[in-house]
Amino acid sequence: MNDAGRNAMQFRDPARAAQMASLLERLVGEIGREPVSVMHVCGSHEQAIARFGLRAIFPRALEVIMGPGCPVCVTDMPEVDEAVALAEDGIRIATYGDMLRVPGTARSLADAQAAGAKVDVVYSVTQAQQLAAKLDEELVFFASGFETTAVATAAVLLGSPPPNFSILSAHKYIPPVMEIVAEMPHTRVEGFLAAGHAATITGCAIFERFVERHRIPVVVAGFEPLDILAGLAKLLELVRDRRPEVANMYPRCVTREGNRRAQEVLWKVFRPVGGRWRGIAHVPNGNLRLRDEFARFDARRRFKIDVSRLWDYAPPSLAHSCICGDIMAGIASPSSCSLFGKQCEPDNPVGACMVSTEGTCRIWHQYGGQLDLRDKDERA
Amino acid sequence: MSALRIAPDAKVMLKHGAGGRAMRELIQQVFIGDAQPPADGGIGLAAMDDGAAIRAGGQWLVMTTDSYVIKPAFFPGGDIGRLAVSGTVNDLSMMGATDVAALTCAVIIEEGFPRADLERIAASISAACAEAGATIVTGDTKVMGRGEIDGIALNTAGVAFTRRVIPDCGLRPGDKLIVTGTIGDHGLAVMARRHSLDLQGDLRSDVAPLNGLIRRAIEAGGEQLIAMKDPTRGGLASTLHEMAHKSNVGIVLEASRVPISASVQAAGELLGIDPMHAANEGKAVIAVRPGAEDRVLAALRSHSYGRHAAVVAVCVAERPGFVILDTGFGRRLLAEPEGELLPRIC
Repeated sequence: MNDAGRNAMQFRDPARAAQMASLLERLVGEIGREPVSVMHVCGSHEQAIARFGLRAIFPRALEVIMGPGCPVCVTDMPEVDEAVALAEDGIRIATYGDMLRVPGTARSLADAQAAGAKVDVVYSVTQAQQLAAKLDEELVFFASGFETTAVATAAVLLGSPPPNFSILSAHKYIPPVMEIVAEMPHTRVEGFLAAGHAATITGCAIFERFVERHRIPVVVAGFEPLDILAGLAKLLELVRDRRPEVANMYPRCVTREGNRRAQEVLWKVFRPVGGRWRGIAHVPNGNLRLRDEFARFDARRRFKIDVSRLWDYAPPSLAHSCICGDIMAGIASPSSCSLFGKQCEPDNPVGACMVSTEGTCRIWHQYGGQLDLRDKDERA
Repeated sequence: MSALRIAPDAKVMLKHGAGGRAMRELIQQVFIGDAQPPADGGIGLAAMDDGAAIRAGGQWLVMTTDSYVIKPAFFPGGDIGRLAVSGTVNDLSMMGATDVAALTCAVIIEEGFPRADLERIAASISAACAEAGATIVTGDTKVMGRGEIDGIALNTAGVAFTRRVIPDCGLRPGDKLIVTGTIGDHGLAVMARRHSLDLQGDLRSDVAPLNGLIRRAIEAGGEQLIAMKDPTRGGLASTLHEMAHKSNVGIVLEASRVPISASVQAAGELLGIDPMHAANEGKAVIAVRPGAEDRVLAALRSHSYGRHAAVVAVCVAERPGFVILDTGFGRRLLAEPEGELLPRIC
């Protein structure tokens, strides 16, 4: 095993995890209220929590909610519609595999593909660019992802992409949506666990203004079991002591300032604009769009995209029972959805949360469908 | 599953061959229907076991067949020839029939297939037969046009006699489950080769005929050895689900006891594939009554294919039909893999 592997194993020690679990229990007891609710905003956090069965050792009085942490899931229908409309107009689209089945107003890209549109799955923006270089036709990269992925897109545009290459950006920026969730009228969130990998780029200083404004602590945490447990323990400590602060529990990767070079690249190419996140709300500054200097690579300005023809449709009959919006806002969990694991499965998803490997429903389904075995089995 | 979910224009998809729930449903709905079990108390199609058992005088004739398609045909640790012999010998062995009476082998070849490769496969078939003490007594060869079949496909069938048929059900709370060695080796070795992933470490398929190993386990366990199944497609996860479901018990699997080699573990992390979902071609899951596990384990470990055998799970009355994974951190349900395993490339 290489060094990276050995390092990861250090953070997977069950005995230390059991000690951390009793620490969490004690801290929740000291807070003395039930439940104490905290939110993480990252699919990778939910993946690790589910995979290692951590929910089963969280204190019963601690609610760890998954918020809007899946960039694919929060891609709004009109954004999917733009890609579908382009594809149906004969333009070749390249995108991440997860984006294929995200439902648009009437159709998904997968539907368009089945009807003959040219849609290619790629694993990176670089691969899309290489594909464009080999083609004699226009190629639009339908780009999704948070600031981590957006940096990669930006870097490609700052290089010398081929002239037939352009970007349809559905990139999203996480910090503003935390404001939205914190301000939701019925929010119960008393602290946020922020994603370690995004913070390697933004730095943890980015959360300082948020903490000042909302008086809610933010802890940056990594993705191994002990990282998550230590992050939660720090968060509970700050809640107990009523100390709204930013804490960095991932110092082996994250600094206060972050990766300056990556930030420069990101903001040179993108500007934050307001827009809807599926299921959440209009998020001011939550969408990343190309700056004017990069207009020639902006599919929205390069093509006339007419989505109006997609509006004449009959909504799928199951869609009205889908509660993906509530799940992404953190006010419902997959087990309270009547479709989960029955009519809605990874092979045949009704809502976006079952499509992406970062989506809450997909993750829960992958790890057995019921993450806390102390709960009553809803399916029995 | 209700028939209402099947659309009239439904198609067979890759997931229907992946060894999971979709495959079991397809077989149930299309092939089994309301077929009745054999009147002589034997095991027929409806049991969906590894093979069939037909009464023949004072003993049982066990019979099985399997087709083999694999890309690439040659992979680290074996090839399609060794796989075709081992798979059928192992299906017989899982029914308790470890003395193979005869095998058949049919081969379908694509026009243009290199003759040298075919000879290599034939040599590998002979070597595996010699190891298993089995003989191919009849066969068939077909050649199809280019593009009508992908390279080569093999089918083998096998027959064997046994005095006692061992099913893949009959588990009770308290029973212990043993795996005969490290898991995930075949699946991850083939996947790494298929995607040309240059991974460090020694990833090799475990493909092997297990009848010698299983004979020792049966001798040691006697009547206390109650069920066996080989965790091929769908891996350990699918096999345990099927056993839990057929016996209507819960199964608690302890992750820390499951033998997984360091290179399989590392490749699994890298590719985003759980070794418990990956195929094995030289392993068995053996259920024994409580108290018999130590002597069966000792017998398995005395054989070169069973050196890493371990007790990994126990049957419980709670949550019948489900597999509960104790990760060492906490407990969660173990999901059954659905569809083809695809590596994550990001």
